[in-house]
Amino acid sequence: MTSITKIFTPTVGRKVLMALTGLFLCMFLIEHLYGNLMMLYNDGGVAFNKYTEDMTHTLLIRIVEYGLFAGIIVHVVDATLITISNNKARPVKYAVNKQSENSSWFSRNMGLTGSVILFFLVVHLRTFFVAHRFLDAPETMYESVVIAFKDWWYCAFYIISVLFLGMHLNHGAQSAIHTLGMSNKAYAPLIKAGGMAFALLMTIGFAMFPILFFFNILK
Amino acid sequence: MSDTLNLTLKIWRQKSPSSTGKFESYKLNGVSTHMSFLEMMDVLNEKLIKENKEPVAFDHDCREGICGMCSMYINGRAHGPLKGTTTCQLHMRHFKDGETITIEPWRAKAFPVIKDLVVDRTAFENIMQAGGFVSVNTGSPADANSILIGKTIADEAMDGAACIGCGACVAACKNASAMLFVSAKVSQLALLPQGQVERTERVLKMVQTMDDAGFGNCSNTGACEAECPKEISVAHIARLNREYLMASIAGE
Repeated sequence: MTSITKIFTPTVGRKVLMALTGLFLCMFLIEHLYGNLMMLYNDGGVAFNKYTEDMTHTLLIRIVEYGLFAGIIVHVVDATLITISNNKARPVKYAVNKQSENSSWFSRNMGLTGSVILFFLVVHLRTFFVAHRFLDAPETMYESVVIAFKDWWYCAFYIISVLFLGMHLNHGAQSAIHTLGMSNKAYAPLIKAGGMAFALLMTIGFAMFPILFFFNILK
Repeated sequence: MSDTLNLTLKIWRQKSPSSTGKFESYKLNGVSTHMSFLEMMDVLNEKLIKENKEPVAFDHDCREGICGMCSMYINGRAHGPLKGTTTCQLHMRHFKDGETITIEPWRAKAFPVIKDLVVDRTAFENIMQAGGFVSVNTGSPADANSILIGKTIADEAMDGAACIGCGACVAACKNASAMLFVSAKVSQLALLPQGQVERTERVLKMVQTMDDAGFGNCSNTGACEAECPKEISVAHIARLNREYLMASIAGE
């Protein structure tokens, strides 16, 4: 068992860490979307506010919350380390390189899409999480949502960020499963299709709220 | 349609591993479309020799697509624009008259340039020495087919064994990762009964040697599979990851 300590040090291990944290964050996305769907009751936020209140008072959720922040930090730090070593692996670049001929844009730009998501996350946490948890915002969580999505630029920023999230997931979800070794020639097309379906579902699921609120379909 | 091409070749010239290289342009007229890419390079070199210039150094050996020696990055693609071919099997009919062709060596820290288009692929040899073998008892030869292997397993192992070690996967990968090469070699032996003795040790050692050589990390872009002249599947990379995880968790 001496080698178990080495799992996360070399290339394969670092990628496994990316995959595990990535899939963990995917599970969080599902949970987050489930919460958001409470707003579709269009009951002035009664169900949604109850849900957010319950979340903050459940011990297990509070523990998982720490895990979530740890997951995000590990995912970002590991990605940075991987990117640094990847850049070192090719010190002299090609003068002509037609990467679009052999790989998808999504797969080559995980760093870009991930950075946009990280920036969005900071703004997003400030608007909702920090305002309510630490700054004792006077309004309810639902009212915060209504206020935020009155601004067209906040809506635009939100939708664009969610689109980047979708791009990130389109490659990331199936890539994570591949990295964990749970793929073969027969399952690979299914896993890729599943990853794309998940990405689409998350994109539509999250992006519909700013649109619904901005056009007063949800009040 | 004309059978000859007039080409401009933009080729990376580098005197030695330590010197800084640069691109040089050469005009080459009357190139037959029936020539292979390497034959075109031969014609260029003969011309350069007649002009008392240094010929372009490039790797080649069998010229029938099985040795894995040729290694040029042609117009931004490993082994040129054609799928599933080595440079020696790429013919000039796939290029247009008047075209400028940019030719570069494989670019990776683990594959340093020796001269011009020749790179040092010793890193691959080191990975093979670390674990790409099976132990066989000496003595009188064993009976052929004494160990029966199912068709599906034999086919899958052969897919991995088809790797010629040319390094196109590393060259095409945006991270200069050697995962397709290592996974093909690990797969091939892990699938067969003969490879079971060293199975856990092999994957750990080969991955370790790969890391030590300075290859990048796999980000599953699939560029390797697309550019591999033997069209080896990235499914082998999933198997390598599986083998690695199992060996790390359950290994001695």
